[in-house]
Amino acid sequence: MSKTVALTGNLACAHAMRQINPDVVAAYPITPQTTIVEEFSTFVANGQVDTEYVTVESEHSAMSACVGASAAGSRVITATSSQGLALMWEILYIASALRLPIVMHNVNRTLAGPINIHCDHQDSMGARDSGWIQIHCENAQEAYDTTIQAIRIAEDNRVRLPVLVCLDGFIISHAIDRLDMLDDPEVKKFVGEFEPAISMLDPEEPITVGPFDGLHGQFFEFRRAQELATLGSLPVIEEIGKEYGAVSGRPYGLIEEYKLDDAEIAIVVLGSTAGTTRVVVDSLRADGVKAGLLKIRSFRPFPIKQITDALSGVKAVAVLDRSLSPGAIGAPVFQEVRSALYDSESRVPIINFIYGLGGRDVSMGLIKEAYTVLSDIVKDGQVKQTINYLGLRE
Amino acid sequence: MSWDIKNLKKWKVGDHPAGALIPTGGNAVEYKTGGWRSEKPRWIEEKCTHCMICWVFCPDTSIEVKESKMLGIDYDHCKGCGICAEECPTDAIVMEEEEK
Ligand code: SF4
Ligand code: SF4
Repeated sequence: MSKTVALTGNLACAHAMRQINPDVVAAYPITPQTTIVEEFSTFVANGQVDTEYVTVESEHSAMSACVGASAAGSRVITATSSQGLALMWEILYIASALRLPIVMHNVNRTLAGPINIHCDHQDSMGARDSGWIQIHCENAQEAYDTTIQAIRIAEDNRVRLPVLVCLDGFIISHAIDRLDMLDDPEVKKFVGEFEPAISMLDPEEPITVGPFDGLHGQFFEFRRAQELATLGSLPVIEEIGKEYGAVSGRPYGLIEEYKLDDAEIAIVVLGSTAGTTRVVVDSLRADGVKAGLLKIRSFRPFPIKQITDALSGVKAVAVLDRSLSPGAIGAPVFQEVRSALYDSESRVPIINFIYGLGGRDVSMGLIKEAYTVLSDIVKDGQVKQTINYLGLRE
Repeated sequence: MSWDIKNLKKWKVGDHPAGALIPTGGNAVEYKTGGWRSEKPRWIEEKCTHCMICWVFCPDTSIEVKESKMLGIDYDHCKGCGICAEECPTDAIVMEEEEK
């Protein structure tokens, strides 16, 4: 039995955390993530969860405490945003290298400067090589559902990696959305009892966590093993998404296709903009334009095959990136989608639209503009400009 | 659990337990780290009063002691920092250049 509620994305995440009832939460508040940990601390204070809530003096300490708690064999969740994620940087790599199944919300906010608290994906894009699984959510429902699945993905013995659950700052985190919640016992059953792969605190079987790699040089082999675990999580994410669908009626995959089957032009995007694009696709379809949408849910690992298969029939593709990599050939999502398509037979024309930095609004009109550029490419048979900016005053 | 790192240099991807975990505790002693030294402490037994000051100060537990008697220096782990020589009240430890 599920119930329909109206919650902000952050409160939806906090309720998912309440239902998961983790052993430890160590967190530091930062806009726009604050209300997740604020609401969760109320659950702790009210005795609605058994969680040990560790208040820390910074995000660096928050992630360090999470690493310690997880290595001790606890189920651990935390949350952050932007500068907070940046302050966690070195410990992010430790958490993944130690293969600790920590789950963290990243409420996407740009990185200063100038100081700006609004949404873009530059914070989580910076963490893309940290060895964390990175899943992007379209709305509050997905943020809630993904939190619950993330526990299972992270703790799966075939994976054992930390998972970053990304939701767009303010757009998802602070807007009230309609969503369906599972009952508490259903969530409890779905996530199950945590059986830690390691426990630092077992005096019967002492272990050493985080040793020095020294000059014997296992580092390269470790990093490759970490890569293999990340790639190995692809089928696990799919499997758990399906299993979650059987319980909730909302199945999840690595990507989501919308009207792509017969599409001639397609937009690829992460996060909440997929929702806006969906509406634009419907309106273009009503005008007879064969537009489609490919939403990438799992950015790390990057589902190369699913993406190339999904785009195999289209004639022109635009990747919308909510981040900018100065001096690179386009932004991160574009780079990877283009790289994936380079090896595909169709080698479809592909362009990049960088949009929405620092919370710049992305309207239906702007997305329509992007589709118009794609229609022109199909008509003229040539790409005029590969890297483009949507909604930029220049 | 047994833990044998004799062939560590030959281990391939996946040979080491995941997450760089070592399935035993207290194994730093097996890992010889004395090779970084540029200077080396030399213990002069005749001058030593076994006061244990060097043992207290050594940041690396490299002063070997048994039943309140100083036995010598563990060169497999001593880093040559010179703190023991600095602290010894009877100059029973002197620093000398490391020769390899
Ligand atoms: S400090 Fe000097 S006298 Fe004291 S135990 Fe060490 S070597 Fe001997
Ligand atoms: S030189 Fe430093 S490391 Fe070596 S025995 Fe003396 S105090 Fe310890």
